[in-house]
Amino acid sequence: MTRTVLIADDEPNIVVSLEFLMQREGYAVHIARDGTEALAAIRRERPDLVLLDVMMPGMNGFDICQAVRADAALAGTRIVMLTAKGRDTDVAKGTALGADAYVTKPFSTRELAETVRRLLGGSAA
Amino acid sequence: MKAAERRELIAAAAPGAALAVLLLAGGLGFAATLEPAERAALAAMLETRGALLLLGWLVLALAFGTLARTAYRHWVTAPAQLVEHAGVLLGTDAERTIEAAGSAANRALAQTVNELVRQRAALRADIDARVREASRDVEQERNRLAALMAELTQSVVVCNLDGRILLYNQRARLQFRALSDAPTLAGGAELVGLGRSIYAVFDRQLVAHALESVQQRLQRGAAHPTAQFVTATRAGQLLRVQMTPVRAGSADDDSAGDAPLGGFVLMLDNITRDFADESARDRLLQALTEGSRASLGNLLAAVEMLDLPDVDAPARERFHGVIRDEVRAMSARIRELADHTARTMKTRWPLEDMLGADLVAAARRRIETLYGCRTAASEVDPALWLQVDSWSLLQALVGLAGRLVREYEVRVVELRLARAGERAQLDLVWTGQAMSTETVIGWETDAIEVGGERIALTVRDVIERHDGAFWFERERVRHAAFFRFLLPLAREGGALEAAQFVRSDSRPEFYDFDLFGASEPAREWAERTLAELAYTVFDTETTGLNPSEGDEILQIGATRIVAGKLRRHECFEQLVDPQRDIPAAGIPIHGIEPAMVAGQPTIDAVLPAFHAFARDTVLVAHNAAFDMRFLQLKQERTGVAFEQPVLDTLLLSAVVHPQQPSHRLEEIAERLGVAVIGRHTALGDAIVTAEIFLKLVPLLAAQGIVTLGQAREAAQQTYYARLGY
Repeated sequence: MTRTVLIADDEPNIVVSLEFLMQREGYAVHIARDGTEALAAIRRERPDLVLLDVMMPGMNGFDICQAVRADAALAGTRIVMLTAKGRDTDVAKGTALGADAYVTKPFSTRELAETVRRLLGGSAA
Repeated sequence: MKAAERRELIAAAAPGAALAVLLLAGGLGFAATLEPAERAALAAMLETRGALLLLGWLVLALAFGTLARTAYRHWVTAPAQLVEHAGVLLGTDAERTIEAAGSAANRALAQTVNELVRQRAALRADIDARVREASRDVEQERNRLAALMAELTQSVVVCNLDGRILLYNQRARLQFRALSDAPTLAGGAELVGLGRSIYAVFDRQLVAHALESVQQRLQRGAAHPTAQFVTATRAGQLLRVQMTPVRAGSADDDSAGDAPLGGFVLMLDNITRDFADESARDRLLQALTEGSRASLGNLLAAVEMLDLPDVDAPARERFHGVIRDEVRAMSARIRELADHTARTMKTRWPLEDMLGADLVAAARRRIETLYGCRTAASEVDPALWLQVDSWSLLQALVGLAGRLVREYEVRVVELRLARAGERAQLDLVWTGQAMSTETVIGWETDAIEVGGERIALTVRDVIERHDGAFWFERERVRHAAFFRFLLPLAREGGALEAAQFVRSDSRPEFYDFDLFGASEPAREWAERTLAELAYTVFDTETTGLNPSEGDEILQIGATRIVAGKLRRHECFEQLVDPQRDIPAAGIPIHGIEPAMVAGQPTIDAVLPAFHAFARDTVLVAHNAAFDMRFLQLKQERTGVAFEQPVLDTLLLSAVVHPQQPSHRLEEIAERLGVAVIGRHTALGDAIVTAEIFLKLVPLLAAQGIVTLGQAREAAQQTYYARLGY
């Protein structure tokens, strides 16, 4: 079964690379360009994993993370937070709110791919 | 027999004597004119009537004598007595009435003297009342100033032109503690103290230079001239010092502007940490800008090369390698700067150090009074110091609690405080009705409302001030939920500084303006007066009485006398590890158990600190020879020599009261009316000794012993000094 990944980020320049990367890894990819759209997409598409940018218009990444974790129906969703905010307080907050990983920009695409692979339990195909 | 009585007796006897002489002379003269036969007949007549004649003379002598005596008393004794009484009244403050006696004129004179004495007493009482009132005003002003200074969070030190400290505040004391070579022993008290020289801390040249530039500015007519300098102390700390001149002359004096300098005020800022932070940040910023410029240049070149049509595969790979390298390097640089700023810069909002438990207590009080809901705080780390803007943080906490009570009928909230890595987590916990996450997290961006009043501040604003984080979390097991605040911890040192203090509940006396005019006398020690000198009064507790046979010091306590006043807040008290056993016999006396000295510094560390504390002062101790022998025996090992003069209250007491059989500390204290509290701790005894010494100084002066040299000489000549120790 093909695993699905939702990319929630309002910066097209990073979405281009992330989409390409995730497709290359063999995942089905959905895109959301702001917070509200992202939460709707999660509820609709039930992705296995969300690449979630913290700073987005509408709901921010923390809010979405918390909303997902509060919803029992979405319990299996893996969340990787992506952010340019590298402060330790943000990391602590993201982890406390239930993010599975917290990756600060700039990041290596190879490492991100590995993190996603690990969270989804080995290579998907 | 007194002269007056003798004179009175002579006056009384005079008429009798005169009568006798007259009778004898008359009789003899009369007899000389008679014939021998007549003389024999007269002799025969007198022989039988001699007794009658004598009786007549006696009666007459008595009568005239009594008269003469009364007259003498009336006209001679009474005026003399009046003169004497008046003399006594003139010489003393007594208010007595002189009894009128003697002649009418004398009586009138006595009345007049009495009247004058009454007038004098009234005048004196009036003056006393005015003086009392005036000193009360002065005292009040001084207290106000002392209070003001004590509460200031800025370090302030005021010096006279000689650099002698005449005022300092608590903050300065703490700051100097950080500068001390022996912070745990002398605690900076060897640096800051009334009458101490500021040049022990700052280079004399540096201060002189600053003073000079202040003076130049004054001459140019600057209204508020100040000078600044930054200096590194011996302990490696960086201080920024601002100097403001104090002009001599009174405030309401119009010519104060031209008045010469009387001293200066120093405001101190320890900028060691700021300076280090700023330098590090500057280095990083510079590396970032310069390094990034280079990286961007490399990137641009590589990208442009890739655009060229004739790039072959190996070259393309090389350009890609360049791009990867440069991006990695730039990322690393930014990460480093971000880490650093996160660590040091925190926030521009000024935060204060506060004990976390205090903040929790304040929040609980406000929540309970405002909303009548119960609060709990069972899990609060009592040792955690936060760096907070306490007002806004309290508003946030209380505002959130208020909404819980109002909108969800929460009855009990709990506050929790714990360390979380480099930060503290402060939780507002509640149980009860379920609420949607979206609702609750929306509260973060709503204006805070406290006690029905909305303030222009959101929880998010408050969090940003603290460079912290805030979120809502559930604890499913306990059916509880909480808001968590991540808050910065106080930097090390800040908490410590604020935590320590103070020895007594009274407001410490950190000033003495009498020192303003006190100029450093160029005279030798011996010529200086006892009243003007500064003293270190000390006492030691020891394992026994024989230092040469291995007895050691267990405790040193000392206090200072400056400008004739005991400075209780400038004291030294230190237990010493004797590096030997403590004989059980001594323990009931000094109360120092072996466990108390375990882990204390040894005399090798304590003596240099005490030496610094006693710098530039005369040493005073009771039975000083005993204590000095202990100190002197350590001189070789520690290299610390106490070369200043020493005074002994035992010997001085013997000078003042040579007839008293005992000069033990308690006996002298009782004799001089000094209350003895806390005896047999080194510091307690030192304070009693100091108070005794202060009482002895005027008594010595009454005997003409005024200078240090005279006092030492007189002490040497007492019986006790000749006994030797």
